[in-house]
Amino acid sequence: MHTPPPTFSGFGLGLRKEHYRDFLDTDVPVDFVEVISENFMVDGGQPRDILRRVREKHPVALHGVSMSIGSSDGLDLHYLARLRSLVDDVQPLFVSDHLSWSRVAGFNSHDLLPVPYTDEALDLVCRNIDMAQDALGRAMLFENPSSYVAFDDASMSEWAFLAEMSRRTGCGLLLDVNNVYVSACNHGFDPHAFLRGIPADRVRQVHLAGHSVGPGILIDTHDQPVCDDVWSLYGTAMSLLGPVATMIERDDDMPPLAELMAEVDMARDIATVSARREVA
Amino acid sequence: MNLAELQRNFRSWLVAPDDAIAGVFGAHAAQGLLVYQNNYRAQLIGCLEVSYPQVRRWLGDDAFREAAISHIVGHPPHAWTLDHYGSDFADTLLSLYPRNPDLRELAWIEWSLSEAFVAADTRALSRDVLAGVDWDRACLRLTPSLRLLPATTNADQIWFALDNDMTVPQGAMLDAPGGFAVWRKGFHSQLDRVDATTFDALCSLRDDATFASLCDRLVDRLGEDEGVRRAGMLLAQWMDAGIVADIDDGSDETSMD
Repeated sequence: MHTPPPTFSGFGLGLRKEHYRDFLDTDVPVDFVEVISENFMVDGGQPRDILRRVREKHPVALHGVSMSIGSSDGLDLHYLARLRSLVDDVQPLFVSDHLSWSRVAGFNSHDLLPVPYTDEALDLVCRNIDMAQDALGRAMLFENPSSYVAFDDASMSEWAFLAEMSRRTGCGLLLDVNNVYVSACNHGFDPHAFLRGIPADRVRQVHLAGHSVGPGILIDTHDQPVCDDVWSLYGTAMSLLGPVATMIERDDDMPPLAELMAEVDMARDIATVSARREVA
Repeated sequence: MNLAELQRNFRSWLVAPDDAIAGVFGAHAAQGLLVYQNNYRAQLIGCLEVSYPQVRRWLGDDAFREAAISHIVGHPPHAWTLDHYGSDFADTLLSLYPRNPDLRELAWIEWSLSEAFVAADTRALSRDVLAGVDWDRACLRLTPSLRLLPATTNADQIWFALDNDMTVPQGAMLDAPGGFAVWRKGFHSQLDRVDATTFDALCSLRDDATFASLCDRLVDRLGEDEGVRRAGMLLAQWMDAGIVADIDDGSDETSMD
């Protein structure tokens, strides 16, 4: 079992190329930034240089999308080696990925596909997490993804799966509040039951993002501001979790940095109010 | 259905969807499966659009989308990184447009510029390092960002015009064959069309890095005096351009490593 991921209670932003210049040339008032690991798992060039320069100013969390921790084929050793090299270079605050799968039989979907919440999947995911954490030499965080399909043979809830996964492997959790909301709406479960069901002491980071509304289904698109319902759910989460690193995750239809910073400030305000409510 | 079977069925649905496969996930899953399939296709089309912006402009949105869909159907992604998807898009374009070698070469240029952008770093090589080199033993190490392709068309001119919003020339075959060279200097990817002698010299260095062999090859093509003169001239050009990343004659003084 690896040392648990560190606790950190700041507020941050996903660093995307549209805002590289802002982060390099000005003092953006964030406590940390998060980058997509795969964007920097390259041999060299400007991306790695930018990351090094940003790292000199801010703690950096590495957030992956390609580990495929739920793959029945096991993990890609080449991928793990590349990620380890980046981890050694960046010395990140957190290293995270998703409770999902993307790779099977030599095929890679490049999407966060849903894991069935079964005992078989739980055993396999835990084996894969042990392998990943050993390869990286540290405990990771795993995020609850948005999902659009639920499987009939599930034997436990998503939050029960996450709780047991964290207990067995020592991994931390990255709670994506928008994903809880999206999946709750799509599958008809109570998002508050999710928040109460995960082990609060294992949550090290929170994501906030926007989603799109499709015909009868919500889709996690990261191209919108955080909606009111998700802000409300975030307030509930923070009263249950206490201080925990929180960040705004935006990937498409990127607005000016000031708009995202307003959302960071909103998160800070809600967390402060939730903390006061908890004390009272 | 165990986990491996579930994941193989899911893959089949994404790559070649049909109702029978969707049915194994239950009727309630139909709408969600469509979201995943849309995500899969949109992600790959978006990836090709980002990797080949000038090919897209040259073909037009509709033709590019058709080519992208054809590529996705025939080339499901395999690598862990999405950055590798589209590495063989030039082959798809060649199969769709066999009479347009300029299109294939334009695609190669775009892909190579992207690869060079994130290739391994090298340090700038000063001409001071030339002093004291044992040229009989010297090996020239090329930058790992260098990509080479025989040139048969004016695809470089097409790319340049598209990239700079200039009037795009008609695609045309070259009067004399040459080669395209793509590499990175500092943080900037470079593209050059070189003559056949220079292209041959660069290709030969990838197989045999010795300066002596380079001289022999150029002497064979150009004669004794011109061959040696050209070798020296090319070496200087390549050092300034960042194509030669290191010169190593086995002594500590010359190698930059």
